[in-house]
Amino acid sequence: MTNAPSDSASRPTKSDTEESLRRRLEIDRAARWPVGIFIGSSLVWLVLGSLIAIAASIKLHDPEFLADHPWLTFGRVRPAHLNAVAYGWLSTCGIGIGLWILSRLCRVPIEDHRSLALAAVLWNMGNAVGIWGILRGDSTAIEWLEYPVYAAPFLLVSFAFVLFTAINLIRKRAPGHIYISQWYIMAAFFWFPALYFTAHGLLVLAPVQAPAQPPINWWYAHNALGLWFTPIGLGAAYYLIPKIIGKPIHSYYLSIIGFWTLAFFYAWNGMHHLIGGPYPAWLITASVVASVMMFIPVITVAINHHFTMVGHFRDLLYSPTLRFVVFGAMAYTVVSLQGSLTAIREINHVTHFTHYTVAHAHLGAYAFASMVFFGAIYYIMPRLLEREWPSRWLIRLHFWPSAIGIALYFVVLSWGGILQGLELNRGTTPFLDIVARTIPYLEWRSVAGTLMTIGHLALLASFIWMLVDRRQSGAQPTLFAERKPSTGAASVSS
Amino acid sequence: MIDRFRYIFIGFMVTFLWAWCGLVLLPVWGLGNFQQASDPDTGELVPPELTALEQRGRDLYVSYGCMYCHSQQVHPARARTDIERGWGSRRTVARDYMNQGIAQLGTMRTGPDLANIGVRNPSDTWHLLHLYNPQITSEGSTMPPFRFLFEKRPVGGEGPSPDVLNLPEEYAVEEGYEVVPSDDALAIVAYLKSLKLSSYEVPEAEAARIDSKMP
Repeated sequence: MTNAPSDSASRPTKSDTEESLRRRLEIDRAARWPVGIFIGSSLVWLVLGSLIAIAASIKLHDPEFLADHPWLTFGRVRPAHLNAVAYGWLSTCGIGIGLWILSRLCRVPIEDHRSLALAAVLWNMGNAVGIWGILRGDSTAIEWLEYPVYAAPFLLVSFAFVLFTAINLIRKRAPGHIYISQWYIMAAFFWFPALYFTAHGLLVLAPVQAPAQPPINWWYAHNALGLWFTPIGLGAAYYLIPKIIGKPIHSYYLSIIGFWTLAFFYAWNGMHHLIGGPYPAWLITASVVASVMMFIPVITVAINHHFTMVGHFRDLLYSPTLRFVVFGAMAYTVVSLQGSLTAIREINHVTHFTHYTVAHAHLGAYAFASMVFFGAIYYIMPRLLEREWPSRWLIRLHFWPSAIGIALYFVVLSWGGILQGLELNRGTTPFLDIVARTIPYLEWRSVAGTLMTIGHLALLASFIWMLVDRRQSGAQPTLFAERKPSTGAASVSS
Repeated sequence: MIDRFRYIFIGFMVTFLWAWCGLVLLPVWGLGNFQQASDPDTGELVPPELTALEQRGRDLYVSYGCMYCHSQQVHPARARTDIERGWGSRRTVARDYMNQGIAQLGTMRTGPDLANIGVRNPSDTWHLLHLYNPQITSEGSTMPPFRFLFEKRPVGGEGPSPDVLNLPEEYAVEEGYEVVPSDDALAIVAYLKSLKLSSYEVPEAEAARIDSKMP
């Protein structure tokens, strides 16, 4: 049981032998370039995606904003935002985090780190080509798959390297226990290309007849979150929470149940996005049932994450990683339960076609996945670079605007969405009255998005400062506050 | 050390493929091979195929991402007020989309549904004015103007062009200039006018109408 100290570069604890420390250093040094490029470039996409998002958000309440250029029309910046954050930010960062955790848990250094670094560059080229393609008008208008056909080869070739690296780590892993984080991350690395190949092939490369497209589209779009971002986020949370508080996960058996029920039920989700649409009832009902069954993995994961934290909530005052990850883990519980409820037809009849769904998507992709990834970045980067984060103030300037921003975003947009849905269902309300009614909520959404962007700029500034300032090496870990020795959490700061 | 992991890997694939069969394979089989049917009254094949111009309009609709605000699906009356709002006379069924090439069902109604816009509003002038600046026809709309699909040019010697856009006074351009729609704008309008998704007598229409009656 490695009992690493929170947020600091590898410092010894009692249980660490000379050999295991040397091994860990070797692993981190092999990962430095590829994982560093994946994570670093993902932050550029995060900021770019956020700026595009603000433009899209303003356009929804001020249609004349940037209206005179076809590249910047709403129907292009909106998918550009989604793809920049889904593939540029979350996927890029997720690959970096996933590979680093796998490498650590398998106790094997990444072998061919030069090729992997090249794959990271290729992955970013794919994203750049994709976003450029959307803006110039080659978007496919298939939600979550808007990248034009010529962006896909970059992504698939790059991901082949990633998968190859991951399989090699598993093959050569040190004997012993397979951790639950390894299950989640390996599963994500297998599921993502399977999802993408299927959906891209049947929708973009050689499209099936139009009526069959939306089910495949929503099977893909929902599972990009469910079988790609979610397992990496959960795998990272399962790794980081016990690491930082220095205590094993609450229940090993629950984590196994949680994994297999997630695999079994999440894969059947998606068709609830088509409730009321021109499809047979069985198809939609299958996904509604699977959505409700998601209660099982969600509650098992919730018990495991939150019960592990019991007795350690004070650590949230100190550890940036823990604060971000626990925020994310709690958001996972909330967003998943909300998702199960939203899939129920009676509720969906109000929320479908409204901003409520957009709020829900951000609770999943941001409050859960992005927040866990932020926490992971704060944990991984000091170990990769062997130097600490330069400023606790910048980390605070990241956490608070992000946390308040997403909370505001979720509340105003859900509220506005419910009003929108209720009015849509009142056939006598003129359509333009509904449009007018939602505008104040959309304006607040722009405020919330700006707050989140401030947080992202602080993170990027922090990251760049850390890269250029070499004086940081060997310093104390950068915590939110100095830890008092008498708090009884000595095991944490060792 | 792949041995123990092999069983876990088989589990990954089994759970994935089982849902893949249900949500990918079955829809492709069951919903991917529709044929046109003949209208019982006129004998014409329905739904009709898109003309070359309408296809070009569809591609532009896709390129400009109209789908992010406009759905193209009429829902049954028991759940929503689509029928009451006049968005269609019956719910849409899968066959209605067979000639669309790219299904643009949409998931958002920031703007109204367009499944039958060709029936609801067949006016070229209205659509062109609305595209040029939605405020002209629908004051308070949050739809972006698509002025870049129109050309502002000096009026020629022989007077205004035949296809000039007749802008109301408050939106008029300077003296001596006129606004004419580009080929792209005309193609988009042709596509919009072709959208009559749930207006054809496909074999499922009767059942869809029953489903679309107010409860």
